[in-house]
Amino acid sequence: MIRVVLPAHLRTLAGVAESEICIDAPGDASIDSLIGALELRFPQLLDTIRDRTTGRRRPFVRYFACSRDLSHDDARDTLPHAVIAGDEPFLIVGAMAGG
Amino acid sequence: MSSIRVLVGTHKGAFILTADGKRKDWKVAGPFFAGWDIYHIKGSPSDPNRIYASQSSAWFGQVVHRSDDGGASWNVVGNHFAYDGIPGTHQWYDGTPHPWEFARVWHFEPSPHHRDVVYAGVEDAALFRSDDAGVTWNELSGLRDHKTGSQWQPGAGGMCLHTILLDPGNPQRIFTAISAAGAFRSDDSGGTWKPINRGLRSEQIPDQNAEVGHCVHRLAMHPSRPKVLFMQKHWDVMRSDDEGEHWVEVSGNLPTDFGFPIDIDTNHPDTVFVVPITSDSQHFPPEGKLRVYRSRVGGNEWEPLTNGLPQEHCYVNVLRDAMAVDALDPCGVYFGTTGGQVYVSPDGGDHWEAIVRDLPAVFSVEVQTL
Repeated sequence: MIRVVLPAHLRTLAGVAESEICIDAPGDASIDSLIGALELRFPQLLDTIRDRTTGRRRPFVRYFACSRDLSHDDARDTLPHAVIAGDEPFLIVGAMAGG
Repeated sequence: MSSIRVLVGTHKGAFILTADGKRKDWKVAGPFFAGWDIYHIKGSPSDPNRIYASQSSAWFGQVVHRSDDGGASWNVVGNHFAYDGIPGTHQWYDGTPHPWEFARVWHFEPSPHHRDVVYAGVEDAALFRSDDAGVTWNELSGLRDHKTGSQWQPGAGGMCLHTILLDPGNPQRIFTAISAAGAFRSDDSGGTWKPINRGLRSEQIPDQNAEVGHCVHRLAMHPSRPKVLFMQKHWDVMRSDDEGEHWVEVSGNLPTDFGFPIDIDTNHPDTVFVVPITSDSQHFPPEGKLRVYRSRVGGNEWEPLTNGLPQEHCYVNVLRDAMAVDALDPCGVYFGTTGGQVYVSPDGGDHWEAIVRDLPAVFSVEVQTL
């Protein structure tokens, strides 16, 4: 189980009240496969985190985990062990911006 | 007695305002989709409890919601707007080629005849159609593939397809308008398109007779007289009596011919409403006086409607989709401002009252007569 923290607007859209949700993912899960599993469980999140066709992360969305910015890592790389083990959450963050 | 439901899209959510046919005592519900830009929220004429909302944000992109119970509950439907084929390029502001990129839905137009059919006008400009009430969307790519498509340029708000008019008597006829490409007509259900911009004058473009390049802000058509169109352009209020083939200016005595919305009295096809704005560089009413102007003769002769509207220190704007009329007699007229006010006139424009004063900036106003 991977713990995922969604930004407030996406929690509302997904209809979840908890700040963290748990996603089933294999031991070699990557950012791509984790987001894929998230979209499978919550289809209403399709295209809100990444482009469904290109897989490209939306410009105002960032990925953080284990005190690191993973936004520019290869999305096919295996996630940090602590994330896969459920010790650390995977944070999907809306970039700080006004408006 | 009839009742009225006003659907308001704002910079930070949607609101639904309801009243009985007197249009005096209003209930305000919302915000729905709090914190999101709601460019447009519109109900289906063939099933008024079916309502579509275009929800978008710079962070999370486009989401489309649909309600089937008059706005009491909402469900996410389809938000996959894929251009047909390899989209190619249009012109950027500086005239250089720029790839076609989907940004958001500006306008929904549900079919008056088919409950599950709805059109979406999007940025970058294209027309999409759904036959399953918004679950899936297919581009009517004959419009964007028009030979002039690569020459289209965005207006200041983006290259948006903002107006969709469906001829109620001829399901094959569709009018659209794009900033800043111009107006277009299809006579084959959206398969092929013809620019209909003859007679428009736009100082900003080098060739006054150019087929495209005109910044059309809004079109209006009365359902009983679909060959007659009115247009609020970047500058000039225009009229066509031949389905857009030729346009003549009907700005007449307006204090300024710049503005965004234009609409027509439900009961009188020659009674037209506009909201003059100072200029393209000063998006607020002239002299700080918020005035709707009404022509009862199809243009050229306009009277200011001010009773109940602020006549000093008013510097709001009224955006292109932020005016609507109801179907009662006398016709109710509604508009929203970037200052968050939604005004109603229950008597065709003679008297105005604010329904609400402190909403986020209003992007769109639609009215359902139930």
